[in-house]
Amino acid sequence: MKWAETKNNKPLKIDDIPHIGIKEFIDDAELLAKQKNRLVSLFGMNNNNNVTIYCVFADDENSKLLIASTELKKGESYRSITLNVPSFAMFERELHEEFGIIPKNHPWLKPVRYSHNRFDKASRIENYPFFKMDGEEVHEVAVGPVHAGIIEPGHFRFMCHGETIHHLEIQLGYQHRDIESLILQSSSFADKKFTTHLAESIAGDTAIGHTSAYVQAIESISDCKVSLRAQSIRAIALELERIGIHIGDLGAISNDIGYLMGNAVFGATRTLAINSMLAICGSRFGKGLIKVGGCGFDIYPDLKENLIRTLTKIDSDVTLMSETMLSHATVLSRLETTGIVDPHTAGEIGMAGLAARASGLPIDVRSDHPFGIYRYYPVYKTSIENGDVFARTYLRYTEIKNSIKFIFEQLENLPDSNEPLVQPVQNSTPDSFTVSMVEGWRGEITHCAITDSNGELIRYKIKDPSLNNWFALALAVRNNAISDFPLCNKSFNLSYCGFDL
Amino acid sequence: MFNLLKIRFNQGNQAIPDIRTAKINDMFRGIPYIATESADKTVESVCPTGAVKSTPLSIDMGKCIFCADCEKACKKNEIKFTNLYKMSSTSREKLIVNMHTDLKSYEKTAVQTRKDLKKFFGRSLKLRSVSAGGCNACEMELNACSNVNFDMGRFGIDIAPSPRHADGIIVTGPVSENMACALEDTYLAVPEPKIIILAGTCAISGGLFYKSPALNRSFIDKYKTDLFIPGCPVHPLTVINAVLSLIGA
Repeated sequence: MKWAETKNNKPLKIDDIPHIGIKEFIDDAELLAKQKNRLVSLFGMNNNNNVTIYCVFADDENSKLLIASTELKKGESYRSITLNVPSFAMFERELHEEFGIIPKNHPWLKPVRYSHNRFDKASRIENYPFFKMDGEEVHEVAVGPVHAGIIEPGHFRFMCHGETIHHLEIQLGYQHRDIESLILQSSSFADKKFTTHLAESIAGDTAIGHTSAYVQAIESISDCKVSLRAQSIRAIALELERIGIHIGDLGAISNDIGYLMGNAVFGATRTLAINSMLAICGSRFGKGLIKVGGCGFDIYPDLKENLIRTLTKIDSDVTLMSETMLSHATVLSRLETTGIVDPHTAGEIGMAGLAARASGLPIDVRSDHPFGIYRYYPVYKTSIENGDVFARTYLRYTEIKNSIKFIFEQLENLPDSNEPLVQPVQNSTPDSFTVSMVEGWRGEITHCAITDSNGELIRYKIKDPSLNNWFALALAVRNNAISDFPLCNKSFNLSYCGFDL
Repeated sequence: MFNLLKIRFNQGNQAIPDIRTAKINDMFRGIPYIATESADKTVESVCPTGAVKSTPLSIDMGKCIFCADCEKACKKNEIKFTNLYKMSSTSREKLIVNMHTDLKSYEKTAVQTRKDLKKFFGRSLKLRSVSAGGCNACEMELNACSNVNFDMGRFGIDIAPSPRHADGIIVTGPVSENMACALEDTYLAVPEPKIIILAGTCAISGGLFYKSPALNRSFIDKYKTDLFIPGCPVHPLTVINAVLSLIGA
């Protein structure tokens, strides 16, 4: 096997990526998956009438990424890899939707997001034929795209027998804004114009995570060295984002089981966390903080003192509330054994991030493929085997505490700023390929960037961890009561727009 | 039991006592102050959404994402973002500010109280939220409006779980093609009298996505909007104050 080896944020020359025939490509992919490598990305790029397909695998133990490419004609068919490696399912569906490539014998070749550049323009989101289940006392429940609360749009179709969910089909795509092509249109190395603002809006709840992945991709193909201080501030922001969202999720989970004390207290504590972000950069979601080449804002001594004070309060409030809540028998009876994804299934379908760690898969980009300041300050991986709502809840609590500790460590050791906080960007390397991975609060965010012979971006591929995990939610709710769906959904808290792009 | 009492005691009363006079961190970027009649053309080129015009110098808050890139590009402090958060307006044109805009009076007069709405909704307003391509930042801020700090419910303003129970819709996001149909259906399902509120720069003008071919904003053009709330994302204080002023509560 001759797949190219690289690392997170280490660009490759396009010519160094082996271009192999489709048969070899499939065999290699199946072998790599068997050898415990994890599929990270599979995407196509227009090449006249053909499509060049890039595949990225991660060897987590050795912090390596393996890449190869192949080529197919639009509309051509090949043997589906999904049958042997289920984690390919969503990626093959995406290739099919965008380029009309047909993976033969794919178990369920439905559209992914009805993207603007879809191959079959006649298929429309309004008349999607949902999966049907027949039988006496079997009934359907349709929810969405507009939901009862303030949530992004998506459609859920439940097939139930009595109160029990037998099957859930999730239809997404309502949020599609064609963000990948917008990034190509507005980014330019020639006049040093970058669109961090668009990256901030890939998923507004993960503004720091996605923007970090974007700027790292741009910096790696232009060989820009970011100052240590800026790297440290980026990591502080990433962890602060994690803390804010996780606390909000604990509140939402409390709300869904009718534990209103938790909802109120976590809600108020989340305000403290996101207001700290506001104090750093003027936005409660961290918009404007991460810039190509560094950070837009510095952390001054008095701000540092404020952060330490606020985080100490957050730490004690979250600890007291979580310990109280998670020792209540009534709370535990609602969380435990609800919405289980077992470790074997989680590995097979290629789950990512927090949800994967709650199902016993210890994967975390911060320690498997370290980036930025995490190369010098390692994060210890935490995982739980249960795979139920309790596991996802408890892991959030653990991660909040770990992130607070990490921020304290960073604030204590904030490197001095002899260099400017934002470094100028040089010209980019022509004909190069880079993979940029960041562990956002949901999990592994992957951005792939490819440049042409002039060094301009010609393909920008975004993968939010939600792409890996939506199917896990569909599996988790099987054989659960339909009334537990909101609780299962909150425990995953996946992104609609990160998926729809 | 004792822990619950301890938490209750520690937390105290979290609600912001007076929403109308609440203070916000100086770092917050709100209504821009414009000092001069014109500025160098570069301020236009740094704006990602085309919100800034250099001659005469103006910023359209309906397009602005409050990134302050123009402020940094100005060599003579022509533009300065203040932390004034009451930036909403009942008129689209008013959102365009220039050196003749008096910021203090803008805050007081940009949202005109409607007598008819005060009569119908002054003491109770239920809104149906529709996210149409929003990035979940505006959505989370709308959620935050109902938390224990901002507590919008104390004014009788709530988010309704069905359009049939709503008095209007609050739209976030630039309205993606795939959501256009569902957005209009939701609006049509709300009984009369009803209002439309656009929350966030994306909803008002398409924001960062104004050039996207995957949008369909015909709904926004077809129906009259009653309230524009700028922000990227909208801040809860901006939202609550705007709605309170609109319904004269």
